[in-house]
Amino acid sequence: MDFSHLIVIAVSSIFINNFVLGRFLGICPFIGVSKKLDSALGMGMAVIFVMTLASTVTFLIQTYVLVPFELEYLRTIAFILVIASLVQFIEMFMKKNMPSLYQSLGVFLPLITTNCAVLGVAILNIDDIALIGQHFNFIESVWNGFTAGIGFTIALLLMAGIRERLELADVPESLKGTPITFISASLIAVAFLGFSGMSIM
Amino acid sequence: MNKLQNFTKGFFKENPVLILALGLCPALAVTTSIENGLGMGMATTAVLIGSSTIISMLKKFIPGNIRIPIFIIIIATFVTAIDLTLQAFIPSLSESLGLFIPLIVVNCIILGRAEAFASKKSVLNSMIDALGMGIGFTIALVLISAVREFAGTGALYGYPLFQLMGIEGFKGSIMMILPPGGFLTMGLILGFMQWNKIRKAKNTGGK
Repeated sequence: MDFSHLIVIAVSSIFINNFVLGRFLGICPFIGVSKKLDSALGMGMAVIFVMTLASTVTFLIQTYVLVPFELEYLRTIAFILVIASLVQFIEMFMKKNMPSLYQSLGVFLPLITTNCAVLGVAILNIDDIALIGQHFNFIESVWNGFTAGIGFTIALLLMAGIRERLELADVPESLKGTPITFISASLIAVAFLGFSGMSIM
Repeated sequence: MNKLQNFTKGFFKENPVLILALGLCPALAVTTSIENGLGMGMATTAVLIGSSTIISMLKKFIPGNIRIPIFIIIIATFVTAIDLTLQAFIPSLSESLGLFIPLIVVNCIILGRAEAFASKKSVLNSMIDALGMGIGFTIALVLISAVREFAGTGALYGYPLFQLMGIEGFKGSIMMILPPGGFLTMGLILGFMQWNKIRKAKNTGGK
């Protein structure tokens, strides 16, 4: 267990390979739920929560079920099923035991099942060997899920802040709405591209 | 709606990416060259046709309450089949699309067509709809990747156009291949579609 790996993973998944702006994962909620800061924050928190849990569960499934029984080719099916039922389970659990949290996060949970960032982080945890030169271990996988969720939330909050201002801006009629959102996202992505010059190993 | 309209509606009128804004992640991520865009479009079309056909055949047996998980299993099966096929026969494409092949399973176009069309209509109509939507998705991907590849490298489908015409020294803007170019291209294409819509509305309003 190397502590420096955790720092490398955090910096990489928050800034250098930001899930939305660097890897293009989770564009649908990034465009769909970034109209208001409140809902962007709610969505971001729900994504951090689900990504951390999904990383935990899928890593255990890969290590203790798929690999010992040589079922790696069933990975896509197994992971998406696990994530879908996990999200459903969290939703039911929250509704019953934490009604106040459900009020703020609940509406976003069904959207997360088909968020490619969640399945993406689960697959990357298994596949990504370039970043630290070896496969992630359990703690690194969970940490990667958590920090990727934070990176997603940062991107979402930045976008929501800009979009709240854009409401008041004088945008050409043809670019109103989604087009100007994409163009602003492009400018944020340029800023994030600056991080890719950082050498962290 | 007759079969021909059903087939062609996905091309432009209800284009899944450009009009309905579905499946944006692959549309931005893999469109760095026409080859990748075309490969992704065809892989998605194959999954879409397979899953729509099977879901339409099984629509009477799928209980309404748990239809979404069942749809996802069927889609994931086809995605796995395509993933393994590509790894075996076109390893270079499989490598450059990478993560985004397993992620076809969460492409909202496929689940969207299953929910909105295949689970209600006949098998033949579902197949036609799936093929049309798949071609529409491919058109959108090829369009975006053509813009990005040309602006980024000066080539189209791997052919360096400027050098073939004898113009030396053209250097593409590498930014268009990198993530910002994807967002920018998408924004400008959507802006063009909106401009066109406004222009048409004005023309018909003036008459």
